[in-house]
Amino acid sequence: MTRRHQRLVMVLLMLACISAAVGFALRAFNGDLLYYITPTQLAEGKAPAHGAFRLGGIVARGSVHRRNGSMTVHFVLTDYHHSVPVVYTGILPDLFRVGQGIVVKGRLTHGVFLASQVLAKHGAKYMPPGIHQPRARPAHLKMLALRRSLREAPGL
Amino acid sequence: MTLKTFLHRLGSPPYFYQISKPWGRAFAWIGLGLILVGLYGGLWLAPPDYQQGNGFRIMYVHVPSAWMSLFVFMVIAVASFIGLVWRMRLADAVAAASAPLGAAFTAVALVTGSLWGKPMWGTYWVWDARLTSELILFFLYLGIITLNRSFEDQKTGDKAAAILALIGAIDVPIVHYSVDWWQTLHQGSSFKGLTSEIAPSMLWPLLVMMAGFMFYYAWLVLWRTRSEILLREMDREWAQRVVEP
Repeated sequence: MTRRHQRLVMVLLMLACISAAVGFALRAFNGDLLYYITPTQLAEGKAPAHGAFRLGGIVARGSVHRRNGSMTVHFVLTDYHHSVPVVYTGILPDLFRVGQGIVVKGRLTHGVFLASQVLAKHGAKYMPPGIHQPRARPAHLKMLALRRSLREAPGL
Repeated sequence: MTLKTFLHRLGSPPYFYQISKPWGRAFAWIGLGLILVGLYGGLWLAPPDYQQGNGFRIMYVHVPSAWMSLFVFMVIAVASFIGLVWRMRLADAVAAASAPLGAAFTAVALVTGSLWGKPMWGTYWVWDARLTSELILFFLYLGIITLNRSFEDQKTGDKAAAILALIGAIDVPIVHYSVDWWQTLHQGSSFKGLTSEIAPSMLWPLLVMMAGFMFYYAWLVLWRTRSEILLREMDREWAQRVVEP
């Protein structure tokens, strides 16, 4: 074995060891690396027993209510299997709307999620207004509509 | 000239110094042209987004920078591997020349992402897997830059930085797949294989910008590598001939 071969083997061994270590670490952390949990995961008891956590879901159609002159807004977050009612007082992000993915931070009290922060998620799709506005539709239907609209859009 | 002899000659610093000048010039002009076309397409020709309006246009800087932050790290990792195993002087110089460029691309990606996040998400920063792993990438770049210059002997610095680059390269797939592996606030990739979820009229300026950033980097890395090898070979005859003709 030449010195060059020795170095090659050493470097490859080092890389293999580190990859294995990081791989195991990531597997161990897997649950903790979730930025939010879904209503279904909440129903399965995946929420922390104490303190605040983040919940992510779609704003359900017809669920957004706000009393006149009040900063408090009520809405329901759903993942189309389970739903959680949410109460929040404050300014909502621009992208907050029915059918939008939202992440709320707060606590669950008597079945109602009291949110201290509301963040909007946005999808991976970008398109001109007016072609298709696939709001409040199940994700797989959104995907189908999107694929169709992309095929029909005038290309350059 | 066969490919093998070409690679052999390319590995010799004087030869590289000689041929990198016209290549660098060409890359600079191509990159500049592509970036101008991409900016015009992205800022004027592309329609506003159905949800984000004109705010989505920061994508034309954010996405190419983020892509380059990963690409440059892979370049450094490959160059470090070659430098460690085959002791190729030019590979060490390329790695050293690339690190500040990669750090700059990463910083631009982080800052533009943060400015984009405030109006759309409602926050400048969250500690989700995508944002955190990209921030770690930035610190890895800083580590490579400082480690490379921390030793009396440049060869020791190259070796230390190369080992950090190879270890740190594991962060590259983590950044890339973070949005698939974990639930993040950051949305998933708009590219699935060769198809994209971006409407064609908005997509082409993005692809042009990404190509432009690649050429821009190619130009800068050639230029920085030229000065890097001049510095490293200062006491050699060819370098002195270059500096004082």
